[in-house]
Amino acid sequence: MAIATDNVKSMQGYTLHTIQTTQYKTNTLVLKMKAPLSDKSVTQRSLLPYVLQASTKNYPTTPQLRSYLDELYGASFYVDVGKKGEYDVISFTMEIANEKFLSDPAPLLEKGFALLADILLKPNSTDTAFDELSFTNEKRSLKQRIQSLFDDKMRFASTRLIEEMCQGEPYSLETLGNSKDLEAITAESLFSYYKQAIAEDEIDLYVIGDVEQTQVEQFADRYIQLDPRQPVQMRSIQKNVVEAKEVLEKDDVKQGKLNIGYRTQIVYGDPDYYALQVFNGIFGGFSHSKLFINVREKASLAYYAASRLESHKGLLIVMSGIETANYRQAVQIISEQMKAMKNGEFSEQELEQTKAVIRNQILETIDSPRGLVEILYHNVIAKIDIPLEKWLQTTEKITKAEIIEAGKKIELDTVYFLTGTEVPQ
Amino acid sequence: MEKIKFDQLQEEILHETMANGLEVYIIPKKGFNKSFATFTTKYGSIDNHFVPLDKDDYTKVPDGIAHFLEHKLFEKEDGDVFQQFSKQGASGNAFTSFTRTAYLFSSTSEFELNLKTLIDFVQDPYFSEKTVEKEKGIIGQEINMYDDNPDWRLYFGTIQNMYHHHPVKIDIAGTIDSIAGITKDMLYECYHTFYHPSNMLLFIVGEVNGEEIMDGIRSNQESKDYQPQPEVKRQFEEEPSEVAVKKSQLKMNVQTPKVMLGIKARHVNLQGKELLKTELSANILLEMLFGKSSSIHESLYSAGLIDQSFSYDYTQEQGFGFALLGGDTLHPDELSEKLTDLLLQAKTGTGLDEKSLERIIKKKIGSFLRSLNSPEYIANQFTRYAFNDMNLFDVVPILEQINFDDIKQTAETLIDESQITVCQVIPK
Repeated sequence: MAIATDNVKSMQGYTLHTIQTTQYKTNTLVLKMKAPLSDKSVTQRSLLPYVLQASTKNYPTTPQLRSYLDELYGASFYVDVGKKGEYDVISFTMEIANEKFLSDPAPLLEKGFALLADILLKPNSTDTAFDELSFTNEKRSLKQRIQSLFDDKMRFASTRLIEEMCQGEPYSLETLGNSKDLEAITAESLFSYYKQAIAEDEIDLYVIGDVEQTQVEQFADRYIQLDPRQPVQMRSIQKNVVEAKEVLEKDDVKQGKLNIGYRTQIVYGDPDYYALQVFNGIFGGFSHSKLFINVREKASLAYYAASRLESHKGLLIVMSGIETANYRQAVQIISEQMKAMKNGEFSEQELEQTKAVIRNQILETIDSPRGLVEILYHNVIAKIDIPLEKWLQTTEKITKAEIIEAGKKIELDTVYFLTGTEVPQ
Repeated sequence: MEKIKFDQLQEEILHETMANGLEVYIIPKKGFNKSFATFTTKYGSIDNHFVPLDKDDYTKVPDGIAHFLEHKLFEKEDGDVFQQFSKQGASGNAFTSFTRTAYLFSSTSEFELNLKTLIDFVQDPYFSEKTVEKEKGIIGQEINMYDDNPDWRLYFGTIQNMYHHHPVKIDIAGTIDSIAGITKDMLYECYHTFYHPSNMLLFIVGEVNGEEIMDGIRSNQESKDYQPQPEVKRQFEEEPSEVAVKKSQLKMNVQTPKVMLGIKARHVNLQGKELLKTELSANILLEMLFGKSSSIHESLYSAGLIDQSFSYDYTQEQGFGFALLGGDTLHPDELSEKLTDLLLQAKTGTGLDEKSLERIIKKKIGSFLRSLNSPEYIANQFTRYAFNDMNLFDVVPILEQINFDDIKQTAETLIDESQITVCQVIPK
């Protein structure tokens, strides 16, 4: 088993994580900025990283910036915005060749740091506003992406479930933002939000690859220095279900999209989180799970029938695509499987095989630089320090009794069904 | 067993052709938790017209049968292979493409046991009428899922525009009607024709002892009774060079229209290094014209004709090949015309910038290195290349050889009014 160590160092205004490994032919830099999810900032945070990566002071047009990335042996650079529990997280990712594998050695890692710092700290702007062209282009592009969300029906259905389920909670916000707020954003207002985010967000920088720690620290210190800050810490908002909801919506779809949300009251870092993970694995996480076996293999109702956890929010979400005529039957099978889980109706074999597969899944995830960052970042979100070894060992020891105990907390919240025709009673 | 070393990349490959014809490749990799194996047959959705084993005449099989067979191979008399893999801490999967069906697993422990499971389940089919019928409901839902996906519909719509007869135009999963007629006997017939070891390739990458694994595979294969089998006879109708349909529109429940432009390749009888160079040159051409560092990309983006979803790719196999480019747009007609014009201008050299070539080749080399971080990529690409007599590790040397004349030549050969088609997804 190869688990690289996360060497954590407090830098000026941010935290540096260096992970040394000879596993890859590239070095990866991931910078994460997090702030509480809020309807006031969600659309600005969705737009901001795209404007930043469009151009910089030193590379004032996109072709210039992208040509420079090509020069660095096709360094890839992309941005992404997502939610983790009550937080809105912006990620900047750069993957750059390790010069060891090139016939022409060049100091690529340092150049990578310099460029990342440029994109983050030296935007193409006046003192008060982003460059108008980059801003207008990205605003238009985001408007289109928000509109296109509606076109991917599987994603649309899962967004709608969360909106219905978490009404009034920040978690109901879609991190793409919304068209109405987007309309009001200007090159000036976004720039002032940028200043605020750079000053207040909690920032973590991960560097993964065949690198020297002291050199990484030097580069980080040379290129990225920020003001000290006191990031806002959020507690995960947990709600008890008063009465489960059923939401049926009609749309022009050939296949009905069924999404069911449960509240678990358990988040990453809680002692019973590991048991919940095994619960989810036996219930619907894998192709040996109860949902796959009973909805797909036995009843032949669906191609996909699976469940997953929102680890920092305390949700368990079931997804399936079915014929509308089979809606009642599918909901019934799923709730029977949930009941069986709560009653501890699963075999020793299901338990052991689920543990083995969870272990396999975690070890596989950390084989990719981005997967490793996602796993390590759990600790930043939950403000806790759980070494991966502990996660693996604790999972290994989970008992049936612990799973049943965790299951007691799980409550059905909302059944959402996007359907092409009327649902038969 | 032969050993092939690639010094610059610090990789080593072990290769052996087993007595029954099975090709086995192993890349030992250090530092990874995961090991990965794919077992692939050169049999995909396009292989629908062939002479079955021990028969004399050509037969046509229902659309979607290769994919159907892939699903059914997981089911055995005593249960499901997914269960078996997860008991052994592995995760199993499979996919069917135009030209291949691949079975795979990844695991972080018990690699040899899982490898045996993989080889044995693929080499021991069990189909029954009852389970075949049951699968029709599941695959029917898979087909419906794709039908609701506008990007998939656009992709297949463009391919259907390009081809008159070639079975690449058939949806890989078939249709609900076409799979209705599939029987267990048909599955056995396809299985015995295409799953002989001599038509298959086993690829392993991960933290393994190569020699020991190779020994294990050899004795596993020697213990099975395979008779030599001639190469499968496939038949493809004569395909006209030009596209079948110049333009089509799909009306779907979307808010943002989508455009995809296809360029149908004319010289599709290439294999080996020639094919590799053609494919790499075409991808460099597309990058030069439409990449984010190009002035064309900037002007299309600033004009609001494209957004972040814009993408482009060129792929070629024995018998077919095409470039695809497009994305979401609020101006589908204007974008279609603009892209067509730009391509036709590029045919005569406009927009081709010699200065950018070196930079683009650097970018391609970097992204190739990046993809070598992924065992899945190595296994899938290596197999696809091997089935076309290409070598994955020739990519960098060939990229380094490509010059500006090659790119101009590619533009001249690939692009022509008669080869271009447009498909659009338009809101209902």
